[in-house]
Amino acid sequence: MNKLVGSIKQAVIDSGLKDGMTVSFHHHLRNGDYVLNMVMEAIAELGIKDLTVNASSLFDAHRPLKEHIKNGVVTHILTDYMSAELGRFISAGNMANPVQFRTHGGRPCDIENGTTPIDVAFIAAPASDCMGNCTGKLGKSACGSLGYAMPDAKNAKFTVVITDELHPYPLTGWSIPETDVNEVVVVESIGDPRGIVSGTTKITRDPVGLSMAMTAVDVIKASGLLKEGFSFQTGAGGASLAAAKYLKDVMLREKIRGSFGLGGITGYMVDMLNEGCFDSLMDVQCFDLKAVESIRDNPRHCEISATHYASPGAKSAVVDSLDVVILGATQIDTDFNINVHTDSNGRIMGGSGGHSDTAAGAKLSMIIAPLSRARLPIVTDRVTCISTPGSTIDVLVTQKGVAVNPKDAELRQRLIDAKINVVDIHELKAMAERTSGVPEKPAIGDRVVADVIYRDGTVIDRICEVRED
Amino acid sequence: MRRSMLFLPGNTPNMIINGDSLGADSIILDLEDAVSPDEKDSARLLVRSALERMGFRGVEITVRINSIDTDYWRDDLDAIIPLKPDLIMPPKASCAEDIKTVDAYITEVENRCGIPAGTVKLIPLIETALGVENAFNIATTSPRVTALFLGGEDLTADLRCKRTKQGNEINYARTRLVCAARAAGIDVYDTPFTDVNDDDGIVIDAEYAKSLGFSGKSAIAPRHVKVINEVFSPSLKDIEYAKLVFEAIRLGKEQGKGAVSLRGKMIDKPIVERARQTLEIAKQLGIGGADDE
Repeated sequence: MNKLVGSIKQAVIDSGLKDGMTVSFHHHLRNGDYVLNMVMEAIAELGIKDLTVNASSLFDAHRPLKEHIKNGVVTHILTDYMSAELGRFISAGNMANPVQFRTHGGRPCDIENGTTPIDVAFIAAPASDCMGNCTGKLGKSACGSLGYAMPDAKNAKFTVVITDELHPYPLTGWSIPETDVNEVVVVESIGDPRGIVSGTTKITRDPVGLSMAMTAVDVIKASGLLKEGFSFQTGAGGASLAAAKYLKDVMLREKIRGSFGLGGITGYMVDMLNEGCFDSLMDVQCFDLKAVESIRDNPRHCEISATHYASPGAKSAVVDSLDVVILGATQIDTDFNINVHTDSNGRIMGGSGGHSDTAAGAKLSMIIAPLSRARLPIVTDRVTCISTPGSTIDVLVTQKGVAVNPKDAELRQRLIDAKINVVDIHELKAMAERTSGVPEKPAIGDRVVADVIYRDGTVIDRICEVRED
Repeated sequence: MRRSMLFLPGNTPNMIINGDSLGADSIILDLEDAVSPDEKDSARLLVRSALERMGFRGVEITVRINSIDTDYWRDDLDAIIPLKPDLIMPPKASCAEDIKTVDAYITEVENRCGIPAGTVKLIPLIETALGVENAFNIATTSPRVTALFLGGEDLTADLRCKRTKQGNEINYARTRLVCAARAAGIDVYDTPFTDVNDDDGIVIDAEYAKSLGFSGKSAIAPRHVKVINEVFSPSLKDIEYAKLVFEAIRLGKEQGKGAVSLRGKMIDKPIVERARQTLEIAKQLGIGGADDE
C-alpha cells in the first residue's frame, strides 16, 4: 500500500472537497511557495466555489488568490499575516466577507477547539515518503521546521502532503507522521528556494537601528531577567536582530547560560545556541539556511508545533515560559497599543503573527521602533488598528529614549537606576511630531474588510476599507 | 566630558535629526568637506534649522565651518553663531592669525545678536604641516580655543606621504599636538579612523591615541563611537585604584604620616591628580560607584 496519487487535482477529488468547505495551508515556504497557487488552480479548474482559505500567512507570491476571490472560488480568508499586495487588494474592498486575522497561537487553538474546522489540509513538504511521513529538514526545498503545518495535518478531515522529494519508506525524523496523512502528491517543485529561506540573515548597518539595539540590551540587563535560565525571542528584522548579537556578547562576557531561544529562528540565534548562550532552541519556523542546517543536525534545536509555540488553548505553550521578547511595530499609541496590521494609510500590510502571543506570554515585552519612519511619527494618540493590546506591552525603545508602560512602575525604576534614558511616551510623541509634524488621518471608509481576532477569541479591532486613489 | 566626536555631513537630515541618539559625546555637523560646493547653501540652512528646532539633548554641538580661504565661512558663521553651538571647528588652522580672524568675526556676530562675547568656543582643526608646527601658538591665541583637533587625511596630503592604517606618518603630528595642547592646558582630539568596516583596527587606533595622551578621538562612522567611548572611559580597575589612592591618603593623614605609599609606590602629586581626574570622569559617566566618593 502507498498513498501516492498522480496529481493535485486527483487528491482534491479524492478529498471530497465541495462548495463551501475549508482548505488550509501553511507558510513555511514563505514568498517562495508554489503549493497554495497550484492547489487553488486545481480547485478552480474543478469548478469548486465558495471556499474558505485558512492559511497561517499569505505572501505576495499568492497573488493569484485575487482572481480566485473575484471569481467566487474563495469567499472567506482566515490568516495570521498578509503582505502588502494582497493587503491592498483586500483593503480596497474587493472581498465581500471580512478577512479574519488571528495570531499564530489563536489559529491552532481555534482549529483544535472546532471554531475553525479544516476540511482539507494541504501540506507543502520538502521531503516525504510514500505514506506521508514528512519533514522540512531535508530536500532541495528544505525550510526547516514545519511547526505551523502540524495542527492542520492533525485536525483536518483530510490531509494531502505535496512534496518534490520522495524518500524511501520509512522517512525517519518526520515532522508530521503518516498517521495524519491521507494522500501524497509528488510535484516537480514545491517552491523557489530563493523565496523560502534567505542565504544569510544580515544584521542592520543603520546606526540608529544599532543604537536602539544597544539600548534594548541595556534594558534587558536592567530588568533583572538576564540571569541563569534566561529565555528569549526576537524578530528577524533590523534592530531586533542586532539586539540578539549584542545580547550574545553580554551573555558570553558575563557567562550567563540561558535555557532557550524561541521563535522564528535565524542564524544569529543558532550562533547563540552553539556558543553556549542557550541550552536549546524551540523552533516553529526557520528564517535562513543556517537555521535549517541547525535544526537538521543539532538535537538541541527542537522543532515545535504552532500549538506548542503559542496556543492559548494548550495546557501550556512555550510563550508562557518566555522571559523577554523583542518585537517591532508600525505604530504604537500612548496607551502602548501596537499596530502591525496596517500601514500609515490604513491599508493592510502585515498581521500579528506571533506578536500578540509572545507579548502576552513574556515577562518583558519590548518594542523597538524608530521615532519616525518615512517622515511619519510612529508614536501616535491612537493606532489605526489595535493588533496587540497595550496592557501586554512593557517597554518602547526608540533612539530618543525608552518609554515604560505606567503599569510597570518597578521596571521603570530599575531602568532609571541603570541610568537608561527613560521618557514619558507622550514626550516621545511630542518629539516625533516636532520633527515630522502631525500627519493627517488617513481617509478610511466604514465598511469592514477585516476583523482582528485576539488570541482569546474576541474581536480586538476591525479594519475598514480604504479606497484606492 | 568629551571622549568621542562624531562627524555628521551637514546635508544628511536623517543623520542629523538622530545626532543625539548615536552615543557620541559631541557631534560635528559638517559644512566643509562632506558638502559639495553646490550644496553649501542647503546644508547651512539644514544645520541651522536643526539647531533651531531639534533640541539636541545630552550631546555637545560642534559645527565645522568652511576654511577662511573660501567664500563660505562668513556666511556659515552668520547662520550658525546666533544659535549658539558649543564649538566652532575652523578647518586648516595653520597659524595664530587664522584663529584671530575667525575669533574676530565670531565676536562681531555675537555682538550683533546680543550674545555675550566669547560664548561660542573654538576647536581648531590642525591639518597642515604649518599648523602642526604652530600648534602651541594656535592653542594659546584666543581664550575661545578649548581644544586642538588633528586631521590626518589632509595633513598627509600636505606632507606628501601616504595615509596608512598604522599611522607612522602622523606620529610626529600626534605627539606634537598632544604636547602643545597640554602645554596650553587644553584638550586634544585625534583624527578619525577611516576604515569603517575594520572593527579591530578602530580599537587599536583608539587605544594608541589614548596612550599618547589624547583626550578623545573623532569618528566618521557611528559604529566606531562605542569603541571610542569605551577606550577613553576609565576602566573599573582604574577607578578602583583611584579610590585606593584617596583611601591611602586618608589613612596616612589619620596616622599623621607625611609621605604615603600604595602598593610599595610613593603617592606623589601626579598620581593624586590622575586619580582625581579618573574619579571625576567616572562620576560623570556614573560607572564604578564613583558617585560614592
